[in-house]
Amino acid sequence: MNARLIAFLLLWPMAALGQGFAGLGTDATGFAIPAPDPVFDFPADHGPHPDYRIEWWYVTANLAGPDGTDYGVQWTLFRSALAPGEGEGWTSPQVWFAHAAVTTPGAHHVAERFARGGIGQAGVTAQPFDAWIDDWQMTGETLDKVTLTASGTEFRYDLRLAAQGPLVFHGDRGFSAKSAEGQASYYYSQPFYRVEGVLDLPDGPVPVTGEAWLDREYSSQPLSSTQSGWDWFSLSFDTGDKLMGFRLRQTDGSAYTSATWIGADGATQAYGDGALIAEPLQDAEVAGREIPVTWRVTLPDRDIDVTVEALNPEAWMAVSIPYWEGPVRVGGSHAGRGYLEMTGYE
Amino acid sequence: MTRAVLQALAAHWRRNPLQFFTFLAGLALATALWSGVQAINAEARASYDAAAATLGEGRFDQLVPRAGDSFPQDTYVTLRRAGWQVSPVVEGSLRTDTGRVRIVGLDPLTTPGALSPVGGARDIDLNSFLTVGVLFADAATADRLAGLPQEVVRDPSVAPDTALTDVGVAQRLLDRQGRLSRLIVAPDQPLGLPPLDEVAPGLTRVAAQSGSDVGQLTGSFHLNLTAFGLLSFAVGIFIVHGTIGLVFEQRRGMVRTLRTLGVPLRRLIVLMTVELLLLSLLAGGIGVVLGYFVAALLLPDVAATLEGLYGAQVSGGLQLRPVWWLSGLAIAVLGAGMAGAGSLWRIARMPILASARPRAWAMAAGRGRWLQGGAAVLLLAVAAGIALADAGLIATFALLGCLLIGGALALPLILGAVLALGQSRAKGVIGGWFWADTRQQLPGLSLALMALLLAMAANLGVSTMVSSFRLTFIDFLDQRLFADTYVRGIDSERMAGIQAFLQERGATVLPLLRVDSRLAGVPAELMGARIGPAYEDNWVFVDARPDAWAQVAAGEAVIVNEQLARRAGLWLDDRLDLGGGLRLPVAGVYGDYGNPLGQAVISEARFAGVFPDETPRQFGVLGLDPEDLRSVLGDAFDLPPGSVVDQSSVKAFSLAVFERTFTVTAALNVLTLAVAGFAILMSLLTLSAIRLPQLAPVWAMGLTRGTLARVELIRALVLAALTALLALPLGLALAWVLLAMVNVQAFGWRLPMYLFPLDYARLGLLTLLAAALAALWPALRMARTPVSQLLRVFANER
Repeated sequence: MNARLIAFLLLWPMAALGQGFAGLGTDATGFAIPAPDPVFDFPADHGPHPDYRIEWWYVTANLAGPDGTDYGVQWTLFRSALAPGEGEGWTSPQVWFAHAAVTTPGAHHVAERFARGGIGQAGVTAQPFDAWIDDWQMTGETLDKVTLTASGTEFRYDLRLAAQGPLVFHGDRGFSAKSAEGQASYYYSQPFYRVEGVLDLPDGPVPVTGEAWLDREYSSQPLSSTQSGWDWFSLSFDTGDKLMGFRLRQTDGSAYTSATWIGADGATQAYGDGALIAEPLQDAEVAGREIPVTWRVTLPDRDIDVTVEALNPEAWMAVSIPYWEGPVRVGGSHAGRGYLEMTGYE
Repeated sequence: MTRAVLQALAAHWRRNPLQFFTFLAGLALATALWSGVQAINAEARASYDAAAATLGEGRFDQLVPRAGDSFPQDTYVTLRRAGWQVSPVVEGSLRTDTGRVRIVGLDPLTTPGALSPVGGARDIDLNSFLTVGVLFADAATADRLAGLPQEVVRDPSVAPDTALTDVGVAQRLLDRQGRLSRLIVAPDQPLGLPPLDEVAPGLTRVAAQSGSDVGQLTGSFHLNLTAFGLLSFAVGIFIVHGTIGLVFEQRRGMVRTLRTLGVPLRRLIVLMTVELLLLSLLAGGIGVVLGYFVAALLLPDVAATLEGLYGAQVSGGLQLRPVWWLSGLAIAVLGAGMAGAGSLWRIARMPILASARPRAWAMAAGRGRWLQGGAAVLLLAVAAGIALADAGLIATFALLGCLLIGGALALPLILGAVLALGQSRAKGVIGGWFWADTRQQLPGLSLALMALLLAMAANLGVSTMVSSFRLTFIDFLDQRLFADTYVRGIDSERMAGIQAFLQERGATVLPLLRVDSRLAGVPAELMGARIGPAYEDNWVFVDARPDAWAQVAAGEAVIVNEQLARRAGLWLDDRLDLGGGLRLPVAGVYGDYGNPLGQAVISEARFAGVFPDETPRQFGVLGLDPEDLRSVLGDAFDLPPGSVVDQSSVKAFSLAVFERTFTVTAALNVLTLAVAGFAILMSLLTLSAIRLPQLAPVWAMGLTRGTLARVELIRALVLAALTALLALPLGLALAWVLLAMVNVQAFGWRLPMYLFPLDYARLGLLTLLAAALAALWPALRMARTPVSQLLRVFANER
């Protein structure tokens, strides 16, 4: 009984892929809708927005060990509202879940957590900043200086993150369009974290240093119903400049792209649909599906023409709603590192 | 050739339809009782499993409170925040118009198990389940929950009388906001987990394999049933053994003829084995069908017993489960094999030209007698050894086995000795012949008499146990239920109001606080009582300090029931952890019959210190007339019916539960005795057929057929009476083992043994009556044997 009950409850509105990946294209009735010309209020906006249907605190980090081995770390806390607003105790319609991963050139460790809102098992406070689910935590006096911890059955990490630059805003001052029909989200980042800490892996602890990138995004219907998934890049070049770009795949085979050029000083330039071009170069069979793990990414306006290659093609996130997410190496016109996320590959 | 042999084998049965019937009926009856009991056990276990599966009890470890029946929800959050992957469960019973429904609340997000989305088509979304509230229950339970505001979805896989819902919804339904009953531990835990003691010292981990509490509690009950099933089977096997022995003896001539005609011995043995196998499968099949009816007949009572005694829900419908019908067939084949192996072995070793004349059974008995005597002495010695060693429950059942089989084996020897004595004292020719002939017949009847001895001893032992239990229990109820009236099952606010109301009117109010808990690791109830003279005057201790009540009243000690004391190995002055940091020495151990749970009593004040949120769920009232009280309270507080109960109703209810508990035992008892009666009838019938050559000369010497028939009848009565006399000490020994050993180990209380001579006399008379009835038909046949048939005996003489 139990297994069946749980299974169907967890189907959620989520797995309805006809409605875009993970249900992100479902109708947003009753929820707040992102509007152009946002006015952010920090630090309050680092906290949750329960009137919006979906929200995330998304950290990816490119790290290196003392011997120069590359590592990738992911820490993501999702908030998914079954209904707008908050409720008391167990009646809260807010559902929290989180994914954590450590990627090495030869292995990929994943863990997942679920929690109900309203009882203290998971949540986010803006001041002092604290985002948590179970023992996974991103916490600090302010968002600029936080510790980041998570653990799974075969890994654990404890990292200190210190911001070296300002917050950056994507799209039109943080209003990030996702389709020609007007779907959009509020989207800002802190891409300038310096990181040091320790990874506990099956072979023992590894001290690491590197950089991390936090994405904050909230919306109620971020995808159009004709969009089946996305390919998202966050690239940090050796010059100190950075590039965020995504390609939303339409069910008819076309794509909607968007990009933000981030200078080493934090100055940004947003690019609308078509400016960024991302083409799959090579597929790999991962978890029984064909997934492009090598890409050519070009942004002609900035003379960018790079090859993006997965550090470990097997970076499959085998969680309730599975997807691919892992660290990448960048070569070509610009060299660097970054993260790649690919969703909706069936 | 095979065909010819098969025809010869079948011809034997055609010529002896009575033997055929005896064999089939004996084995079928034995199998029926055995598989009936197994069916009941299987049904009950399936119900427990369904309940356990609902909660993942069987598959996952659990964290349960060390004491009390719940803990704060914050403990759950603290554990999760420390990394522990646990999932909350709150459970309790919800009162409906048609009885109680067990509500189980869980959190679908954290429950371990299948988290992967598999096709599910029901249109209940997570939002409804989590916030609005949806319950899942089987159809019958769903109907009972129709009055709730929440939607109830019918799901046949939910355990009976149970409804599943979200933890938050369950907390609201049960009025237990912010409380949880237990936590399910996910099998995969993250690295670097802090120890449970540091994070949640109030919880303790229970391993998945240890099974559900219900399973533990009811285990002994099912073991009792199984033992009874085995006993019935053993009685049946005695019949089968007797029949098979006779069949093979009578076939010796046929075997010799077939072998001299050239049939290889090996083929003959194989064919006879196959014959035995097929017959036992046939008999087993009939037995399983009969067993189904036995089980269907008894199951409602068993279900009622389990519910009343242990609170375990067992569905009343019986299903054909492979477990029990296969075991029924297997035990039929095994039993027939055991009974036939010796005979087949003798046939295999018989010299080809050995005399084909059926050896009289008496001849075979000569050498075997010493062997049998030795075995009986050995078994009884083992039984005594186990009794002295006082080992566990299984060993005690082994003791029962040794005692009964040892006693049965000793029976023919003792009867033989008594008959020899009778013969030496006999006066006159007919008397001498009577005793001698009875001795001569003893080997042929001994198996049936052994079956009778077993059945009688079991009957005697069990009825002594039940009657002793009843006397003790009634006595105990009189002591325990000393208040005139009991008020219960009302919300806490009105409870407080009623208490004040009664105290103003000068009544003595004795509130009883109670939580389900675990004490010393065993399921138990912790009670808080307002100690007063009423307790001191009425409760009887098994063992206690002289000032036990004063110490309890002062909050310096705890008293525990005998069950808890024995299970947890506690006795006077040992300290018991009561939860909430409270540890008190044991000042007394009291008898608490009929309660499967451990129990501890502390003072009202101490209880309030540990469980400040608990309010009395019932209280007793002294000094007011129950009828007046009911009408006064009913008017003043608008109480639901059944919330004010007078002492005699409570007693009647308790006794009803008690009686129901032993309905099944009584039914099995009667069935076993019936099987034994059948055994005697069949043995006498078989013997009467082959005894003609022995009786004909006596008739020829002048005894009439009528006299011979009367002598046959008297013989049966004498043998039954002697057996009944011997069954008395065996039955009393059995009763002692049940009262002093099985009860202590299975239920946790030792009962005083009472004797019931009138009951024994009645049972003896019944046995004599049964034996007389069984002997009547063969005797009548004797009386009506045509003279020509008696004469033919001499004509045929070789």
